[in-house]
Parts: sequence; C-alpha cells; structure tokens
Amino acid sequence: MSHDPTLNPGDVLGLDADLRDDEREVRDTTRRLVREKLLPNVAEWFEQATVPVELMREFGALGLLGLHLDGYGCAGASPTAYGLVCQELEAGDTGLRSLVSVQGSLAMFPIHRFGSDEQKDEWLPRMATGEAIGCFGLTEPDSGSDPGSMRTTARRDGTDWILHGQKMWITNGSIADVAVVWARTDDGIRGFVVPTDTKGFSTQDIHGKLSLRASITSELLLDDVRLPETAMLPGARGLGGPLTVLGEARLGICFGVAGAARACLEAAVDYARTREQFGKPIGAFQLTQGKLAEMVSRVAAAQLLALRLGRMKEAGTLTPDHVSLGKYSNVSSALEVARTARTILGGNGITLEYPVMRHAANLETVLTYEGTHEVHALVLGKALTGISAFT
Amino acid sequence: MTKIVVLVKEVPDAAVQKQVDSSTGRLDRSGEKTLNPFDTHAIEAALQLKESGALDVDEVVAVTVGPSSAVKALHKAVSLGADRSIHLTDDALVGSDVVGTGYALAELIKRESPDLVLAGQQSDDGQSYAVGAAVAEYLGWPGLTQVIKLDVDGQTLTCERQAEYGYDTVKVTLPAVISVGDAINEPRYPSLKAIMGAKKKPLESLSLGDAEIDASKVGEAGRKAVWTGSQEPPAKAAGELIEDEDTAETVEKIVAWLDDRKLI
Ligand SMILES: Cc1cc2nc3c(=O)[nH]c(=O)nc-3n(C[C@H](O)[C@H](O)[C@H](O)COP(=O)(O)OP(=O)(O)OC[C@H]3O[C@@H](n4cnc5c(N)ncnc54)[C@H](O)[C@@H]3O)c2cc1C
Ligand SMILES: Cc1cc2nc3c(=O)[nH]c(=O)nc-3n(C[C@H](O)[C@H](O)[C@H](O)COP(=O)(O)OP(=O)(O)OC[C@H]3O[C@@H](n4cnc5c(N)ncnc54)[C@H](O)[C@@H]3O)c2cc1C
Repeated sequence: MSHDPTLNPGDVLGLDADLRDDEREVRDTTRRLVREKLLPNVAEWFEQATVPVELMREFGALGLLGLHLDGYGCAGASPTAYGLVCQELEAGDTGLRSLVSVQGSLAMFPIHRFGSDEQKDEWLPRMATGEAIGCFGLTEPDSGSDPGSMRTTARRDGTDWILHGQKMWITNGSIADVAVVWARTDDGIRGFVVPTDTKGFSTQDIHGKLSLRASITSELLLDDVRLPETAMLPGARGLGGPLTVLGEARLGICFGVAGAARACLEAAVDYARTREQFGKPIGAFQLTQGKLAEMVSRVAAAQLLALRLGRMKEAGTLTPDHVSLGKYSNVSSALEVARTARTILGGNGITLEYPVMRHAANLETVLTYEGTHEVHALVLGKALTGISAFT
Repeated sequence: MTKIVVLVKEVPDAAVQKQVDSSTGRLDRSGEKTLNPFDTHAIEAALQLKESGALDVDEVVAVTVGPSSAVKALHKAVSLGADRSIHLTDDALVGSDVVGTGYALAELIKRESPDLVLAGQQSDDGQSYAVGAAVAEYLGWPGLTQVIKLDVDGQTLTCERQAEYGYDTVKVTLPAVISVGDAINEPRYPSLKAIMGAKKKPLESLSLGDAEIDASKVGEAGRKAVWTGSQEPPAKAAGELIEDEDTAETVEKIVAWLDDRKLI
C-alpha cells in the first residue's frame, strides 16, 4: 500500500506559520540563493577545499553580512531572521554558513558592540558590503577549550601596542582584511582590530582538513605587530569579551545545524522512496522507516528549539545557558541525522553527488568549534547543579 | 525627471491549486499569497531604466488593486526596489473584471501622472494578459504587450515585442503603458535589508471614495464578464510508452510508429 506522504520533511511542524512575513521573505530569498547559486557548486568547492572570495561581495549586496546589526549599512534584522538565514545557508553547506557567521557575528559584532566610533566607521560599512573580510582570532595551538591560557600578548611601547603570538584554526584567516585578535595585556585579555596588511602579520592555511572543506582555515602569525593605541577595542575587558562574541554566533549555529539536518532528512526521504531493493523501495522496510522516524523527530525538535531561542533572544530572556543547550542538543542531533541519512543512501551516501556525507563531515567541526560538545555539557551540568566541573 | 508606475498584483502561491468557486463565479484565491512572479520582471525593468540612467527616473511607484492582504505584494515590490506603493482597496471592488480593474488602475495612474507605466505580461491566477491593454485604453496612451527589449532615446521608446512568429520592433512616445514579457530580464534577489525595511517605506492606502473612483464601474456592479460555468478539457488519448531496453530496438519501434502515421 502506498499513499502520498502526509508530512513535509522541509517543515514538519508547520513552523512557517510562526514566522513574520519579513522573516519568511528573508528565509525564502536565502533559500533561493542557496538553491540557485550555491548548491550547484558547493560539492566542487568542498572537493577543492576552497570557497570563492567573490561570494562575500554577493552576500554583501544581498545584505547577509551583519544582517542582525543596526546601522552602518546593516539591516537590523531580528535574531530569528538572522537564524533563518543561517539555517538556509547551512542547509547548503556549513562552510557557507561559517563564512557569514564569522563575518557578521565574530568579526563585525565585536567591533559593533565593543569598538570605538572610529573603528566602527572605518570597518563596518565595508564589511557589510563584503568589500572587507574579517576574521576572529581566539584559539591558539596550545589554548583551545581553555582560552584563558592564551599566550598571545599585547604590550605597550610608548602609546603603541606590540602584538606577539600565534592563532590557530582561524576561519577566513588568509582572506581577511581585518582580524579581531584577542591577546593578554597587563590589564587582562583585550581585543584588537588588526588590519592584516600590518607589518609582522602573516597567515598560513591549514591543509588536509576532512571537514569544513568549503571554508578557509588558517593560522595567524603575529610577529611583533605594531598597532596604534586606537587599535584596542575599548568596550571589551577580560574573557567576557570573546565569550559574548561567541554566544552571538552560537545562536546562528543552533539554527544552522537544524538546516543541515533538514537537508539530510529530505535527501534520505527522497532516496528511501525511490531506491528499490528486493523488489520494493527501501523506504518500505521497517528498519529504514525506524531510521526516518528517529531523524524526523530530531529535525523537528532542533527546529523548534532554534526558533524558541530566537524568540527568547528577541524577548531579552535568552541566557548563555540556553545557548549552550541549543548548541549541545542541536549539533549532536544534526550529526546523528546526517550519519543516519548516510546509511540510507548506501554507497551513494559516501559521495559528493549527494549532500549527506558532506554534512556529516562538516558537522564534526561544528561539534568542536564555538565551544566543544564537552564544554557545553559542562556548562549545562554547572547550570543545573551549581557545581563547576571545568577544572 | 521621470516617474514610473509599476502595476503589481497579489496572486495565490504557485503551489496552491487554482479553481473557480461555483457559488460566486470567481476565482478561489484562498491560501498562501505572493507577488505575481510576472510583475517582478516589470519592477526589474523599471529599476534597470533607473540604474542605467537611460531615463532620469526619480521614483518607481508600485500600484495594486486588491484585498487588504495585497499589502504583502506591495511590501515585496518595495523590497525589490520600488520607492513607495499605493493600494486601492474597497469592498465594492470585489468581483471586478479586467475592464473594471483596468479602469480603477487608470484612475490611480492619473493621480500620479507618471511618464511610463509597466505591467507584467499576465497574472499567475486570472491570466487574461489584458489588464495592461485596458489601462492604456482608459488613459488614451499607447499600449504595448509582450515587450522583451526596451531602448530609450529621449521621450521615445523602441520596443521589441515577442510576436507569434518572430519579433516586432515598435516605437512609442511617452507616456505609454508597456506590459513586459518574462524574457525581458532576470529579476534580482530582494536585498534582505530592503525586506526588513519594506514596512517603513511609504504605502498609501485608498478607498474608492479617496481616489474618487466611480463605484458603478467596478466590482460586481460594473462587471461585464460573467463566469457561467466550466468544464474539464476533453481528455486526450493516452500515449504509447516504449520502454528503452535495447536502444537499437527502441529506435526501430519509434521509426515504425512514425512511419505508420506517415510522419517520416
Ligand atoms: C574548522 C575549524 C574552524 C575554526 N574556526 C575558528 C575561528 O575562526 N576562530 C577561533 O578562534 N577558533 C576557531 N576554531 C577553533 C575551535 O574553536 C577550537 O578547535 C575549539 O575551541 C577546541 O579547541 P582545541 O581544538 O584546542 O581542542 P581542546 O581544547 O584541546 O580539546 C580536545 C578535547 O578535549 C576536551 N576537553 C577539553 N577540556 C575539557 C574539560 N575540561 N573537560 C572535558 N573535556 C575537555 C574537548 O572537549 C575535546 O574533546 C576552529 C576550529 C575548526 C576545527
Ligand atoms: C473566472 C474568473 C474569476 C475571477 N475571480 C475573481 C475574484 O475572486 N476576485 C477578484 O478580485 N477578481 C476576480 N476575477 C477578475 C480578474 O482576475 C481581475 O480582474 C484581474 O485583476 C484582471 O486580470 P488578470 O488577473 O487576468 O490580469 P492580467 O491581464 O493577466 O495581468 C497583466 C498585468 O496587469 C497587472 N495587473 C493585473 N491585475 C492587477 C491588479 N489587480 N492590480 C494591479 N495590477 C494588476 C499586472 O502587472 C499583471 O502582470 C476573476 C476573473 C475570472 C475570469
């Protein structure tokens, strides 16, 4: 017995109805961009381990960069609208979402939130159009989950600052025009706006990645980089600065991975209905249906959680604990969905012809960056028990 | 300085099944609505005229006649680049036919006195392909349909029309009403910033009284076309399906089929 399907894997719970018109328009426009211009090429970018820099201008023209910021040519969209953009981009590829997240949330946001008027005027309008690309340098070779142990220093020389150290795993590092670099000073950890053409600044790309391949990841080398006094972000003091910035980006991740999971579910459902073995569609076997039931549950829950977090952010009730919950839950769900989708697609599932293995591989990065899965577990454990288990 | 009015219509989303409601004789327009996709080509044409400097355009105004939900179509038009919009909405407009819609639009256009009116070639629901012509008639301006290329020289437009066989090249002097074919351009993506800002751009909402439009010429009252009934198109005989198992054999079968019918 076969009937028309009654659940739409693209929007299982009809969440569309809970979106405002402008949010839906923003979402649909991004979806169209992904379908028409990105999906036809993304497998090739992934295979060649690159992403065209020109995309930034295109994204800028469309208003994707710094979408959720006010002024300086940015749209001032709601957190939910920004999240939906991330969701659609990541339904394409995590690398594309990262390109936009890093620019808007990790590079523009700290300048917007913590920067001086001069820093904002100099960088934000050009970053909003994609003319200038930004990156965010916190992680170091010996300082990942424990950023407080960073070794990069900024010392005074007269009124100037001298930055010295090394940053690792920096998305968009070698294509950036400006780096927001976090360094240790006599006055604790501070952020610096570093034009990448400053003497002493160099980058080296990280090769051989098996995840997030449609994205540039680099090492930043800061060899006594001399900066004027005005290079420091006046509004950020201590680790709270970079942690606030990461929190901003994580909301986009909660939405983004729900998009990747949705894309995997859609691919799996489509495949299960059309691929035949033993004389019937593989979707007719109970084991396959069990997998689909598990996947659709995860996707629906992830979408619902993301939307709830977006609305809480708008209402001003969102806390870092909530964002940790969102990242912890949604990324592991998305990874589970991608891996299961991979099995449903059989041998085809391991190729770039289909999106599932690409998503599964990408999500390994998402599990680790922006706070590892384990670190978010510790945040949640502490939030529930009041007992810190970090050290 | 030049002003362009673009006629835009709200239509049911392409995914919505369209049917005539037999109790009212009108199209059932329930379900998700969107901006008529053909009208995005008219907006794009206006923006290209403005951006290329071919015309010294200082304003692109989107105009619609439709129910209160049609503001969504206007928001979309503005997010694509129109500067402001006008919405004529009135209970007395319900059931307007092409002529009534054309009359109401013409009255709105007179209030704006633009130099150029652009429309889509057809709506995705009514599909009369006729509103542009009705508007031109009421205004007494030259009207052209199916235009797929527009060149401007001063007050003269040289238009290429897609005709049944080949193309017509037609010159018109402004003001004029031009319905553009969807081959004229590739509409841009709306910028997300414009989408978020669309509700802040001026939108003028008018009733028939506000616009001094004669209510007897629109709606049920002014309707000249009346829907009397509909039927399914006659079913076509099912085609013959040839399974391609052995290509040489398949080709032979196709050739034999064509030969039987004296087609080759
Ligand atoms: C593709 C990619 C792009 C990235 N982009 C950026 C970027 O743009 N900017 C930037 O600054 N960083 C970036 N990162 C870095 C990323 O944020 C770090 O990799 C992450 O913070 C983890 O640090 P680590 O790799 O040093 O792992 P470690 O911190 O060494 O962790 C190794 C393992 O130990 C576990 N662990 C550590 N401490 C504890 C503990 N207390 N209890 C239990 N388990 C623990 C971790 O969870 C993990 O499983 C990127 C990383 C990748 C892979
Ligand atoms: C069977 C049937 C049922 C109908 N049911 C209804 C009904 O339920 N409700 C109702 O309101 N009308 C109804 N109509 C009337 C008809 O749909 C409208 O008069 C329509 O506006 C005119 O034609 P069209 O949609 O075919 O436009 P077309 O002539 O195909 O459109 C060409 C272009 O004209 C412009 N345009 C068309 N309509 C408008 C508009 N309203 N505002 C601004 N620009 C416009 C657009 O640029 C469009 O691309 C019905 C008509 C028929 C034949």
